[in-house]
Amino acid sequence: MDEQFSFRVNGRDETVGCEPQTPLLWVLRDLLGLTGTRFGCGAGSCGACTVLVDRSPVHSCDTPIWSVAGHAVTTIEGLSADGPHAVQRALVDHQAGQCGYCLSGIAVRSAALVDRAREESRTLDEAEVRDGLDGHLCRCGAHNRIVAAVLAAVEAPP
Amino acid sequence: MIAGTSPSLAASPTVDWWLDFTEVGIVRAATGKSELGQGISTALAQVVADALGVAVARVRMQPPSTQGSPDEGFTAGSLSIQHSGTALDAAARTARAAFERAACESLGVGEVTVVDGSCISAGGAVTYWQLAASVDLSVAVDPGAPQPLPAGIVGSTVGRRDLQGKVMGGPSYIHDLRLPEMAYGRVLRPPYRGATLAAFDDAALSGDPSVMASVIDGSFVGVIARTEIDARRALELARVAATWTGTPVSLANDDVVDFLTAAQADVTSVASSAEATPAGDVQELRARYTRPFLAHASIGPSTAAAMWVEDSLRVWSHTQGVYPLRNDIARALGLPRENVVVEHVEGAGCYGHNGADDVAYDAALLARAVPGVPVHVTWSREDELGWSPFGPAMVVDIAARHRPDGTIVSWSWNGYSNGHSGRPATLVTPSLLAYADQGLGSPIPPSGDPPPAAGHGTARNAVPIYSVGSISATAHTLSEMPVRASALRSLGAHLNVFAIESHIDDLARRCGADPLAYRLRHLEDPRARAVLERVADMSDWTHRPAGDSSGRGLGFARYKGTGAWCAVVVDIEAQERIRLKRMWIAVDVGRAVNPDGVVNQIEGGAVQAASWTLLEQVRLADGRVISDTWEEYPILRFSDVPPIEVAVLDRTHQPWLGAGEASMGPTAAAIGNALADATGIRARRLPLTPQAIVAALEEDPDSTY
Repeated sequence: MDEQFSFRVNGRDETVGCEPQTPLLWVLRDLLGLTGTRFGCGAGSCGACTVLVDRSPVHSCDTPIWSVAGHAVTTIEGLSADGPHAVQRALVDHQAGQCGYCLSGIAVRSAALVDRAREESRTLDEAEVRDGLDGHLCRCGAHNRIVAAVLAAVEAPP
Repeated sequence: MIAGTSPSLAASPTVDWWLDFTEVGIVRAATGKSELGQGISTALAQVVADALGVAVARVRMQPPSTQGSPDEGFTAGSLSIQHSGTALDAAARTARAAFERAACESLGVGEVTVVDGSCISAGGAVTYWQLAASVDLSVAVDPGAPQPLPAGIVGSTVGRRDLQGKVMGGPSYIHDLRLPEMAYGRVLRPPYRGATLAAFDDAALSGDPSVMASVIDGSFVGVIARTEIDARRALELARVAATWTGTPVSLANDDVVDFLTAAQADVTSVASSAEATPAGDVQELRARYTRPFLAHASIGPSTAAAMWVEDSLRVWSHTQGVYPLRNDIARALGLPRENVVVEHVEGAGCYGHNGADDVAYDAALLARAVPGVPVHVTWSREDELGWSPFGPAMVVDIAARHRPDGTIVSWSWNGYSNGHSGRPATLVTPSLLAYADQGLGSPIPPSGDPPPAAGHGTARNAVPIYSVGSISATAHTLSEMPVRASALRSLGAHLNVFAIESHIDDLARRCGADPLAYRLRHLEDPRARAVLERVADMSDWTHRPAGDSSGRGLGFARYKGTGAWCAVVVDIEAQERIRLKRMWIAVDVGRAVNPDGVVNQIEGGAVQAASWTLLEQVRLADGRVISDTWEEYPILRFSDVPPIEVAVLDRTHQPWLGAGEASMGPTAAAIGNALADATGIRARRLPLTPQAIVAALEEDPDSTY
């Protein structure tokens, strides 16, 4: 049975009607038209659907909508209020992708890593980035370019 | 620079097939080759811009469509730059010459200089677009058209044109395609191979008002609903509503070697030389190499959309070939080809014949139930890993005879595999998955192998590039196919290069030679020697990594015998499992259109090949693919990928060659050789898991040195 759920998405208040167990991914893609969050597996195993809930990365494909009611969700489309996030700029600068399907989840996770490091006034080392991205699958083999981009982003002006 | 012609010009011989100047300031360029994530649309735009003398930003590559694109068959075989690039280069040079002639006439001068599409002389200037109305581009493409001075766009790194939108989360993929009134479909695949639909309880769906239609045709079951959320729910209702019957078919699995070598097969001799058996002291090294079925394992599941208007069908697909897909869909539906239009829309990364064509036909069957409504269909992860065609399992037997000093005097290769191509419109009946389930359909016929002249499939790279004396190579292409198999990146070259290069390393060890020196001793081709010498320099070959469990391996091949040359050195540590420590790669792709694009393809290929070689194996039981989740079909992760250094040899004056598949075989071989170097164990059955390495030792204690 459909119910109403209110939450913030990329700084805007949204209310949707759907079953409580509906995954956040499909609410974003289907009901809110935010198709930048990608469907990869539906089981939280590949990372393609990663979004932030209150600034923490989650797999939107296995996050039921009821659990984000009243919370703030950030998707790839809203990573930065003004233009691309440093991570997004660095991914393009490093040509860090081939098909790019995995990249929006990776960009969201990396932005969280970079933002946290900056808040703590520290840099990231390569092992930290690789560990941080280990739940994200990339089939084209762009891993090293992505890691280099994230390491550059933490040094870049915000 | 690039002489020669492209086979693509036979079907699309005139300039106007390829180039259009209708929009002022813009060059619309057509291709039959699909953007698969490999960056081909950027590279082709560079070719056009360079030959025409316009800024690359002016060139808009049109996605392939059966409404007007050149028919270039499939985007396969690392041939896109050779076929489409060469055709576009010739078309652009032909157009430029025509514009220059018209400009001279218009300006009353003897010659003009082209600057970004403007033909300039002392007497004034006129642009391509001003001239377009009076210049006839329905003339034949002339491969001999004048070769302008290079503008420097080809050979320089131009950023991927599609990356910005993808990184920002813009609508980039067919998954994001939204059309007016679009509905969403899902297909319920049978629970096991061999199952047929016994009954379907329509009442289960009738209570859900969001379900627009269900489609039952033989054992094909699909549902259509208003939204993806509704379609997902409807699929679960359909799962409950369906009753299946039948006996699970027996699929080759642990006994895949027995199956492959015992099955009925078409036998093809791909090389044979009848040299006299050498006299004197000759020894033989004989071994068997195998690989399992491999999954494409794209991160984005196969997706398509389709819409019927009366008896005409429009399909949106991330297919590798819009025309062959159109032809197979038309054949399966009994429609004239002209009633079907297929348009290419980008999908997630594509590495061969995956589920793209199958889901396009799924969408066509579902959309038929709701005329005038576009129906969008996405596969589940489980269907993607379980029902897409697999890269074929293979067995390769090699016997090499050599003199005591290591000189190879004869080489024999026998390869056993399902055919490596069951692509649309290439088999006697349709090879679209749902066609096998439809009431009036038929099972998908066994895949075939491309002819030897096109690089073959099972026998791709079966013939060593080395001087091996007399040779015999025989491909056994199976004529039965219990597990659906088709093209996966590099086809048979992955296992064949692994096998040849493992064998060569063992021969080198037998005579106490360094593996690099041994290869060079049997190698005359200067470009082959050059990549080997380069990778030896990069890796400081003679300074092996220290440590008991450390090893270094080398792998090399020229892809298909006609493509790019690629040599790989890998350092590993082999303790409880193989860990990659570093990789160095040298590649010769002739003239590199976009050097960074080449590096990206070569490096990405190496990572994917390392994943196949270390981890991947489709597993089958009771008629099911049980490796249908990422947990059951793991691939290489960020923390597994080592630093990789790629050098692209400077070959500005050589014809361009494809880069997409060259590193697959050499990477696999380098890893196997590094394992042998580190542990003394020669493991010949892929993947090189800890269990496989232990089994190699137990099965064949003589495999150690």
